[in-house]
Amino acid sequence: MGVPAFGKAHAEEMLLPVRREYVVLSFFVAFMLNMLPLTGWALMLRPDFVALVLLYWGIEHPRRVGFTPAFLLGLAIDVADGSLFGQHALAYCVLMACAIALHRRVTLFGLRGQMLHVLGVLLFAQLIVLVVRQAAGDAFPGWWYFLPSISGCLVWPFVRRLITVPLRQRVKPEDL
Amino acid sequence: MEYSPLPFFQRGPSLVTRLILFSLAALVLLFADARFRYMEDIRGVVGAILYPLQELAEVPASIASRVGQYFVLQSTLQRDNAQLSQEAFVNATLLQKQEALLVENENLRELLKLRPRFEPSAQVAEILYRARDPFVRKIVVDKGATDGVTEGAPVIDASGLVGQVHRVYPWASEVALISDREQAIPVQVVRNGLRAVIFGLGYDGALEVRFMPVNADIEKGDLLVTSGIDGAYPSGLPVAFVDSIERNAAYAFARITCRPASGVGSHRQVMMLANADSYPERPVAAERVTRKSAIGEQGKAD
Repeated sequence: MGVPAFGKAHAEEMLLPVRREYVVLSFFVAFMLNMLPLTGWALMLRPDFVALVLLYWGIEHPRRVGFTPAFLLGLAIDVADGSLFGQHALAYCVLMACAIALHRRVTLFGLRGQMLHVLGVLLFAQLIVLVVRQAAGDAFPGWWYFLPSISGCLVWPFVRRLITVPLRQRVKPEDL
Repeated sequence: MEYSPLPFFQRGPSLVTRLILFSLAALVLLFADARFRYMEDIRGVVGAILYPLQELAEVPASIASRVGQYFVLQSTLQRDNAQLSQEAFVNATLLQKQEALLVENENLRELLKLRPRFEPSAQVAEILYRARDPFVRKIVVDKGATDGVTEGAPVIDASGLVGQVHRVYPWASEVALISDREQAIPVQVVRNGLRAVIFGLGYDGALEVRFMPVNADIEKGDLLVTSGIDGAYPSGLPVAFVDSIERNAAYAFARITCRPASGVGSHRQVMMLANADSYPERPVAAERVTRKSAIGEQGKAD
C-alpha cells in the first residue's frame, strides 16, 4: 500500500454497529487461541490474542467495552495458565485504560503508527506482570519473555482486519 | 489522560477512578493468592468451568496427531513392533525374577518383623498442555480430584520422576516439574548410598545438587534416585544423572549440575502415584514429652 505512515486520517470505510454477541464471540475465539496446547518456540512466540482483542475494542468502542471484561478475562487466563490469581486481571485493566486513554490518538495514525502504539501498550502490560512476579519472588525468565509483545504488534493488522470482516457493509454506499 | 467527558453527559466514574478500583481489586486478589493461597476454592470453581474449553482447545492438536498416526509408514510400525516384542521378552524375564525376589523379600521382612514396604497405587494420566506461565515449570494433566488425585502426589514416567502434583482441579491437575525453581527432592546416589537434596533451577534440562561438601564422593554419570526419607516420594525413583562437578576450594560446597532422568517433552502420558499416607509420625514431639516427664519424675523423687 502506498499510504504514508502518518496523516492517514481515518480513511477507512464506515463499519456496521457492533452487537454485544459479536464482542463476546470475539473474546471467546481469542481465549481459545490462547488456550491452544503449544510448546517450545511456538509458545514463546505466540502473541496474547486476548490482549490484542481487548485493545481493539478499547480503541474502537471505549464506551461499549470497559474494565469488567478485561478483569474477568484476566482472571480466567490466570486460572488456565496456573499463574498468580489476578496478575493478568491487573495487566489487562491497565491495558484497557491505556486503550481508552489513547483511543482518539491511535485512530489518527496509519497502520505503522498504530502498530507502534500497540507495541508500547503490550510491552507495558507485560512489564506489569513481570514486576508482580518479581515481587512474588520469581526469577526473570529471560529476554524472550517479551517476544509475545513483538509478535502481537506484528499480527495487529491481521487481527484488526479479521475482527472487522463481519462489520463491513455488504452494500457499498456509492452503488446505491 | 486526554479522555475527559463533557460535564453534561452522564458517563459514570472517570477513567482514572475505574482504573484504580479495578487495579486495587486485582492487587487484593494477588496478595491473597501469593501470600496466603486463599484463592484455591475460587480457582477450583473457575477451573471446573474452564475445563470443557480446555478440552475443546485440545481438539485440533489431537486431530493432527491422529492424522499423523494414520499415515505412519509400514516399515516404522514393523521396526517398533520388533523392538517392543524384544523389550517385552527382556521385561518378562526380569519380572519372573522380581516376583521370586518379592516373595523372598516379604518372607525376610516377616522374619525381621519389619513394616511392609509402602506400595503406591498408580494411574496413567495424559498431559493436556504445558502451563503457559513463563515463570513456572508445570504441566496440566487430565486426572483430577474425581480420579482420586491428591495434592503432593508424585508423578513419574517410564524413565524417572517427572514432578509432584501442585494443585488439584475436579477433572485436571497441575504438576510442578522437578525443574521448577521451588522443587527440592531428597535423593541418594545409587553407587554409594550418599544422601543429598536436589533442586530445580527454573529452566529445562538442568537440576542442581546443593550443600554437598567439596570432597563429597560423587562422580560424573552417577544416577541419583529418590531416597524416600521425606515421605512425599517413594524411594528408588530415578531422578537425575550427574552432568558436571566443579570442585573449587574457595567455596564450601561443590557445584554439581545434573540432567533429569525423565523426559517430559518427549511423550504424552505420565503415571500418577498415590500419596504415602502410611508414613509413620515423626517422633520428635514424643521424645520431648518423655524428657520433660522424666525431669518431672526426677524432681518428684528429689
